[in-house]
Amino acid sequence: MAKEEKILIIDDEQVILDAVSKIASLEGWKIDAALNAQDGLNKLSSNQYSLILSDIMMPEMDGFQLLEELYNRKIDVPVFMITGYSTVENAVKSLYKGAIDFIPKPFTFDEITSSINRGLKYRNIQVRLEETKKSGTNESVIYVPCPPKYKRLGYMSWMNLENEGSAVIGATDFFLETIEHTLIVELMEVDELIIQGNSCAKFKTNDGLIHNCLAPLGGRIVERNERILAAPSLLEKDPFFEGWLYRIIPSDIEYDMKYLDPCSSDRI
Amino acid sequence: MTLNEWNEQNLKSQISNKDMFTKIGLKLIIAVGLVTALIIGVYSFLNTRWQTEVLLTQAEVHANKLSDAIKNSTYSSMLLNKREQIHEIINTVGQEPFIREIRLLNKEGRIMFSSKKELIGEMVDKNAESCYACHTANEPLEKLPIKERMRIYKIYPDSARILGIINPIYNEKSCWDADCHAHPEDQTVLGVLDVTLSLKDVDEQISDSEFRSIIFALIAILSLSLIIGFFVRRWVGKPVNELVKATHEVSTGNLNYKIKELGNDELGILAKSFNNMTNKLAEARLQLFQSDKMASLGRLAAGVAHEINNPLTGVLTYSSFLLKRVKDNEELEEDLKVIVRETKRSREIVKNLLDFARQSVPKKHNANINEIINNAIEVVDNQLSLKHIKLEEHLDSSLPKATLDSNQIQQVFINLLVNAADAIGDNGGKISLDTTLISLSPHGIAQIKSAICHKRHDLIDNEVKINGIPTIKVKVIFNGNEGYINFDPIYGKHRHQYGIEIKHGKDVLVSCPKCNISLMEKDASCFKCNSKVYEFEVPPQGMFRGCTNPECDWEKWEAVDDAGYKDFIEISISDSGNGIPKEELSRIFEPFYSTKGQKGTGLGLAVIWGIVDNHNGTINVESELGKGTTFIIHLPVQAKS
Repeated sequence: MAKEEKILIIDDEQVILDAVSKIASLEGWKIDAALNAQDGLNKLSSNQYSLILSDIMMPEMDGFQLLEELYNRKIDVPVFMITGYSTVENAVKSLYKGAIDFIPKPFTFDEITSSINRGLKYRNIQVRLEETKKSGTNESVIYVPCPPKYKRLGYMSWMNLENEGSAVIGATDFFLETIEHTLIVELMEVDELIIQGNSCAKFKTNDGLIHNCLAPLGGRIVERNERILAAPSLLEKDPFFEGWLYRIIPSDIEYDMKYLDPCSSDRI
Repeated sequence: MTLNEWNEQNLKSQISNKDMFTKIGLKLIIAVGLVTALIIGVYSFLNTRWQTEVLLTQAEVHANKLSDAIKNSTYSSMLLNKREQIHEIINTVGQEPFIREIRLLNKEGRIMFSSKKELIGEMVDKNAESCYACHTANEPLEKLPIKERMRIYKIYPDSARILGIINPIYNEKSCWDADCHAHPEDQTVLGVLDVTLSLKDVDEQISDSEFRSIIFALIAILSLSLIIGFFVRRWVGKPVNELVKATHEVSTGNLNYKIKELGNDELGILAKSFNNMTNKLAEARLQLFQSDKMASLGRLAAGVAHEINNPLTGVLTYSSFLLKRVKDNEELEEDLKVIVRETKRSREIVKNLLDFARQSVPKKHNANINEIINNAIEVVDNQLSLKHIKLEEHLDSSLPKATLDSNQIQQVFINLLVNAADAIGDNGGKISLDTTLISLSPHGIAQIKSAICHKRHDLIDNEVKINGIPTIKVKVIFNGNEGYINFDPIYGKHRHQYGIEIKHGKDVLVSCPKCNISLMEKDASCFKCNSKVYEFEVPPQGMFRGCTNPECDWEKWEAVDDAGYKDFIEISISDSGNGIPKEELSRIFEPFYSTKGQKGTGLGLAVIWGIVDNHNGTINVESELGKGTTFIIHLPVQAKS
């Protein structure tokens, strides 16, 4: 079913457009390419897309402005940011501004395909959600929303402050749904430093793809959930409690909080 | 020719003329020469005049005595009317070379006797030189004081001066009693003895004395000038030349030029304060230069990263794409894997370049500096022991935790330790590492990073910057005039930029440029000068207050003051290596500056500087050739100022 999906890619470099088109054609996806954001917006108004890949640094309208424009036009197609200027701030800002993932350039075949796969599944879930909304069924059938007192980075990861000043972080159910069945989880070691917006865990799936989970909060790892290493299925069973990833001591919580959304706003 | 070029040429010509007297020397010499000339001139003039007088008086006394002697010796001959004898005496005496003429005149003015025989019997005009003294009035005077009997004259303008003395011969009883009865009794003056002497000798002596005075004056002026010239050159000329040379060096950009010791006089103090100034300037320039360099390096790296990452994406995607399609061709697969691997490596290099240019904001957390140092030491320990380097640690175990990026700070220490080891070389040495807690005043350090009015409008002005830091812009109404002031964002520095002239006064209104809400503190006045006080909020560090009087530097930022002296962790790393030459010391933090040649990239210290700066810290270096180098780092205990 996913093979009929159409993807829009916006980048001011022809070689990027060509490369992604080649990869997509091998995977059987249809690609539309635009050399600037305005051209991309024009294409969006006349076509239906399942996913948008956009560069951040472009002349005239940049990636962040594009995200704002999409929000204003109420276009809810999921967006991936790809950039050669791959800083932590760009990554976090992208997710905060509504992008669902961030891919630093240069990327490999596998990196881009796993991201696109995830994006397409995101779109799939989104469409199903709309359908169930119309039919009036409860949305939690599709994915479990994060608890109201949690905060999240994009749709991807959550964090919950504990009373002692430590914080627990994990992956959202929505994110786990987009990668489907996780076979192996790779975690960082205790005492290592997590940086917000950088990959903090790798999920390998049965289709051979590796999915990076970007950390919602920076800090030093004091404890990691060994149980999910043994039984990755725990992640999907209870992603917000038993399926947590790390317990950390936040390093600069005030700074990091700026880019987090409260989960309470999701339930309106 | 521009003014600068002109100045430069001027300077150069002044420097090249250093063998000549410097201008100030010449002026002094002229002044002293004139004063000497004046003093010696007046002295010589008076001296010569006095000498002339003495000599003349002597000559006069001599002439007078001579005249009296002749008169007395002829006295008896006259009484006896022995004319031959008188002739004899006059002739004999008149043979003296300095005596020009001796003559005896009678009452009528006839020359009765003379040492010049041919003149005997001639009449002398009563208006003539010798008679003038008595015969000015119609009635001849009969008694004359000795001074008036003298006369000095010249026969020809170029001949020697002549001193004449007349000696009247008065009538005496014996004259009219004498046998010859030559003179009647009622005559008072019978005749005049006139002796004229040549003043040639005296004149020669006088001109000799004048000549000696002039020679003395010339020698005095010349030797004084030479002595003054010598000392001026030594005490003024050389130091001034040195100073001029130094200012020239500084103007061409060499801030490392040091004036050598010039003693303890005013010029020596000037030289020291000059050295101090260039030192300070060099430091300030270095800091500025560093910030500038790092900023441009950051932009460069960002540009490079962006530009290179796009073509790298092409290479990486196409090669990994190809790799997927050649599963059955092992040889091709291997080759493609190399391409993918190497492209991934390039990706890491670009990422590192971005990190180097500190484009990534440090991720700070509370950390123990000593722990970070120990971690860093572990990394380089092997390298140190291989080089026989002894590491001495004096870590203050009571140090508080600091908010910092431990990875970045660890990189700082690793880099510094590796540098220290490289500086020591293979012959062994010592590195000492110290940490302590110190306190530094918030004045001149704390920066206002945000400012809002009571209606929460942002007052920070990014367009007007002081030392590269955005200022606080407010609107001011003073005496009906309206304008803007940009306040200095550094607490206590008071380098405000006034767009309007205001003075100490009561009708000053400072307000928000956006909503015009007053920023004046009600019923408050400055503690120092009693002027009105403005205030704005610096979230989250409370209110900032300052005096509206531009003359007054009163400022109060309670939140920062309450924190008092800010605590810094001081870390110093000293090595016993070769040291760094003074002229290179200022450049070591520059990007791409390396003393290691091919071994280093020249980025290490620049990165260190960037990291420390990013932590609101400072790094300084001290070095002595042959003795070693010390790096001193100050890191704030609280990251937010």
